[in-house]
Amino acid sequence: MAFVNLKKKEVQAKIVYYGPGRGGKTSNLEFIYNRIRHKMQNEMVTIKTHGDRTLFFDFLPLNIGTIKGYSIRTQLYTVPGQVKYNATRRLVLRGVDGIVFVADSMAVRREKNISSLKNLEENLIAYQKDLYKIPIVMQYNKRDLGKKGVPLLSFAEMEKDLNSKLKAPSFGASAMTGHDVVATLKKAIQITMISLKRTLM
Amino acid sequence: MSYILEQKQLDEIEQILDENLIDLGVHSVMLIDMAGNIVVDRNSGNSGPDIYSLAALAAGNYGAMNAMANIVGEDEFSLLFHKGEKANIHFSKVLSDYLLVTIFGKEVSLGFLRLKVAEVITKIGDLLPAQ
Repeated sequence: MAFVNLKKKEVQAKIVYYGPGRGGKTSNLEFIYNRIRHKMQNEMVTIKTHGDRTLFFDFLPLNIGTIKGYSIRTQLYTVPGQVKYNATRRLVLRGVDGIVFVADSMAVRREKNISSLKNLEENLIAYQKDLYKIPIVMQYNKRDLGKKGVPLLSFAEMEKDLNSKLKAPSFGASAMTGHDVVATLKKAIQITMISLKRTLM
Repeated sequence: MSYILEQKQLDEIEQILDENLIDLGVHSVMLIDMAGNIVVDRNSGNSGPDIYSLAALAAGNYGAMNAMANIVGEDEFSLLFHKGEKANIHFSKVLSDYLLVTIFGKEVSLGFLRLKVAEVITKIGDLLPAQ
């Protein structure tokens, strides 16, 4: 539910980081926040449970400059990944304009990735949105763990599991080292803006 | 789902908020949508809170409250109000997709504020696009 303010010449859009629990959604936002915090007036908002898991959402407003005279303000949100928090996950998805799906590259999390993507599809249907039409970027996170000897799914395996029908832009990334975190976000903003232009113009 | 508001509509909404709520003495008031985007914000001139974070949390809070209402068999809770030492927050739904968030201090009575908010909602409801 993007909002265009013709008086302020401002576009506000909402991008949600979705994915299984402990997959690195909050870490993505924290990396971005730490990179740009010196330029920001706002602080990142996080609502965490006792065990350091996201309870409701993290929120990071991002002013990314102007396109054709309009200043673009994207609001980045994460959802709680744990299965039991589906009610709050659905709330955060309300009015979403673009999605980054953060999948966990660890081989033991394969099923969790697949069920989280299915859960996303179901939750989008609740808002009359279609997973195959909404702007979405896939991020296969934790690629750095391969060097530490943790068994990982290969890029091709993850593409086959999660992206064979979607055919969304995809990145192998590491939220801990920051590898391709910004590239993922840039792509998400880019395709979200293209889609908004199509629906609004 | 996306929507556009023109300068004329925004000017009218701002004027309504100024005349009915800012002039009444509230610290700040903002109209947001349920996705957490800020449509209009007005304040009494003092440096306001971090409105973007506040809007995101307010939309989330309202959604959570509605979900709780459904669990106990209500359609919605009609009064959403948080009371503090110096500042209070009042939430009110406008049409089905917007939320009016008012921050005010001790000098404004809750009863009077609710009356004014109800008037404002009728007035700005006509100016907003239904989604």
